[in-house]
Amino acid sequence: MTAAPTDTPLKRTPLHGLHVELDARMVPFAGYAMPVQYANGILKEHLHVRVAAGLFDVSHMGQFEIRSRSKRGDDAARELESVVPMDILGLASGRQRYALLTNEQGGVRDDLMIARLGDRLLIVANAGCKDADEIYLREMLSKHCEIDRLDDWALLALQGPLAEVVLTALVPDVRSMRFMDVRAVKLLGADCIVSRSGYTGEDGFEISVPAAIAEAVARSLLKHPQAEMIGLGARDSLRLEAGLCLYGSDLDPDTTPVEAALEWSIQACRRSGGGRAGGFPGAKTILDQLVHGAPRRRVGLRPEGRAPVRHGARLFRDRSSSDEIGIVTSGGFGPSINAPVAMGYVMASIAASGAPIYAELRGERVAMQQSKLPFVASNYKR
Amino acid sequence: MLKFTSDHEWILVENDSATVGITQYAQEQLGDVVFVDLPKSGASFEAGAAAVVVESVKAASDVYSPITGEIVDVNQEVADNPSLVNSDPMGKGWLFKMKIADQSQLDKLMDEQAYRALIAGAPHA
Repeated sequence: MTAAPTDTPLKRTPLHGLHVELDARMVPFAGYAMPVQYANGILKEHLHVRVAAGLFDVSHMGQFEIRSRSKRGDDAARELESVVPMDILGLASGRQRYALLTNEQGGVRDDLMIARLGDRLLIVANAGCKDADEIYLREMLSKHCEIDRLDDWALLALQGPLAEVVLTALVPDVRSMRFMDVRAVKLLGADCIVSRSGYTGEDGFEISVPAAIAEAVARSLLKHPQAEMIGLGARDSLRLEAGLCLYGSDLDPDTTPVEAALEWSIQACRRSGGGRAGGFPGAKTILDQLVHGAPRRRVGLRPEGRAPVRHGARLFRDRSSSDEIGIVTSGGFGPSINAPVAMGYVMASIAASGAPIYAELRGERVAMQQSKLPFVASNYKR
Repeated sequence: MLKFTSDHEWILVENDSATVGITQYAQEQLGDVVFVDLPKSGASFEAGAAAVVVESVKAASDVYSPITGEIVDVNQEVADNPSLVNSDPMGKGWLFKMKIADQSQLDKLMDEQAYRALIAGAPHA
């Protein structure tokens, strides 16, 4: 995602005052002033989430509610299946799943979380894509659906092995939720929506709250001695260790779900031979790649030594050849494994062979071992 | 003699030798340092050339040679334990020593008072 031009004033989330009070370093991100880190710094914040509970302000993300004009939830689900290759009709009320908005070439417009709650479908979209998503969803779905963009709602993510302990102090009810469950709850007397999900590889919750009470909810959660605010810097290193894609880096309009190794997100009923096969943008390419594979593939990479290999590093077959075989799309230092980690796209034959790969770093070649993803075992409450 | 650059390096001058590191302000801006790519002894750098790469969790940053000269020593302790740059940037976190090629270049660098004035006007972490 790119920063807004400097002549555009940055938007602020409902937690801006709290960030400033907590000495956050604010940076421009997708048009918002966002906290990249607090006083503890990225390394400590990252490690805190892996052992305790971290609270993230992700209110810059897009939140949408979609309802069928017919008032039947299945009608909205059916409509949504025309823009994503996921099983939405089969998504039970109270459940959520990862989804991709695809384009006609089979590339990815955005990656989303889609939840079903009664006759409503709730979508969380990337901050940098939400304006384009809104235009696109209205164009594609307005005939049969009403679409609301929930700009007056904040989004908090509470992540880590102690997230349940911290949140149950406010809402005991969430203890029984499993990974990807979604529930309407009362927080400080207000109607809110909680999902048991996140972007760190840890157990945790994403909490959608009316903007007016967002700061009060955050302060209530932070009263717990094990809960700390965590910035976007640690959010990025946590998701990288968890092997999760960042839209704009690992996913873009020229990258297909199969190239991105996201086949698992496309359920059998939408694939060739399934009951509702195809019927989404780019279906021809994606269905063909699901069977025959794609020319390149996302892989996990562990650089030898200590030097991080970052986004944009070019990849080669060996120490000397000049033929590029791919590129690093996300890379940095993984605080929990105390070593550099990266993800990138390489030719499918090289991904399949598992052979070592060499990255160009400051004019030299760094050997990298292909690695299973995630780098750090996930800790979801299944 | 202790001097500073506007890029937030410090340089401690003793006769024809200079020790170089980054300032407290610079380490605060960088955040947790996880890797330091030091030059080789014997390499020569022009004033203003990138001599060291300091990597935080978030990003890679160049450290520039404040003056022209030849590298005569590098801090191996920092290579082994990069967090020294955060914990003691102006002491154990020094980066390299160089042989000063042209003493007159030192006149263009800031003294401590001028550097303090510079960072007083800069945005803080």
